[in-house]
Amino acid sequence: MTRDEALFEFLLRLGDNTVVLSHRVSEWIGHSPVLEEDIALANTALDLIGQTRFWLGLAGEVEGKGRTADNLAYLRDAWDYRNLLLVERPNGDFGKTMMRQFLFDAWQSLMLGKLLTSSDPRVAEIAAKASKEVAYHLERSADTIVGLGDGTEDSHNRMQAALDDLWDYTGEMFISDEVDEVLSTAGIAPNAASLKEEWEELVGRILKDATLTIPDSSYAHKGGKSGVHTEHLGFILADMQFLQRAYPGASW
Amino acid sequence: MVNTLPSFDTVWEWLDAVPDPEIPVISLVDLGIIRGVAFEGDKLIVNVTPTYSGCPATSIINLDIETALRAKGIKQLELKRQLSPPWTTDWLSQKGRNALEEYGIAPPQPAGGPSKCPQCGDNNLSRISQFGSTPCKAQWRCDDCLEPFDYFKCI
Repeated sequence: MTRDEALFEFLLRLGDNTVVLSHRVSEWIGHSPVLEEDIALANTALDLIGQTRFWLGLAGEVEGKGRTADNLAYLRDAWDYRNLLLVERPNGDFGKTMMRQFLFDAWQSLMLGKLLTSSDPRVAEIAAKASKEVAYHLERSADTIVGLGDGTEDSHNRMQAALDDLWDYTGEMFISDEVDEVLSTAGIAPNAASLKEEWEELVGRILKDATLTIPDSSYAHKGGKSGVHTEHLGFILADMQFLQRAYPGASW
Repeated sequence: MVNTLPSFDTVWEWLDAVPDPEIPVISLVDLGIIRGVAFEGDKLIVNVTPTYSGCPATSIINLDIETALRAKGIKQLELKRQLSPPWTTDWLSQKGRNALEEYGIAPPQPAGGPSKCPQCGDNNLSRISQFGSTPCKAQWRCDDCLEPFDYFKCI
């Protein structure tokens, strides 16, 4: 695997995480429990779609076959997507959506922090831009986790159920493969496994404040990073890609 | 007829007359998103940085810049997206901060929250939401006059 091949894969992973999560979060628009949360979710989705444009735009540039961010987002099928399984999990209730967001935000903030010093300046400058937004996402999702976890009996139980359901999807973040080896050797990106300890420390601290119990399980559902997805991704893409599939090249 | 190129000061003045499409009381220059102006031969190059990655106003801003500069007779123009260094609210001009406050939007503060209510000036404030009507704003409320207001987030 050449360095550019590895970088292309890695950029797809970053951009596919943000585009799939953005789509999931945007499903809340018009359905949130209160107006302020509706706006907050919409803004989070907007930041993520903006980051997607940068990551997939750079992926297309690195690939060198003339594919744009739009081509990559709208014209690849599920098996060519490289996002974590976590971000394609269904929204569930508001608490579960925020738990998924928190687990991802914590990881993304650490990943972007490492990418700030990437030996590839194109990666470093996107990370610098995105990390400011993600710090804000993490502040909000962590506050919400603590508020709802250490809240009423009902909200606590819902947050614990969300954590129990999503926990086994977090292990995939830290599974390294050849892409990670090539890029970490080149100083472009950290090895996936190297983020685990810091993530556990950060997440553990917030979940403790939230009075939630981390499930006693080290099982990891995996496959997303190499294109093996759950049944949910196909439905997301069917919704997201319909227009470009039905009317190729449509623009306005 | 001899075509003379405008001075950089003149170009900056022109750009300072282009309002932000979402907060029209401040200009694009006040907002701090115009990062540089240069000529390559006869071609005017303007570097623009986005406020937030997904800010939906980005394409309108580029269109507004182009429309304004073309109206001033600029024939050759290129707008370049500049990501680095990332935009920060430190780049908001003092003129812009004053205009925001007068308009009813509390300007960003390093402490992370507004210093006073832009309506009545009281400092008994509470946060309603970390996000607001645009990516760059949050919602706050004055506990004295009870008016909700926008706060320009500090990043």
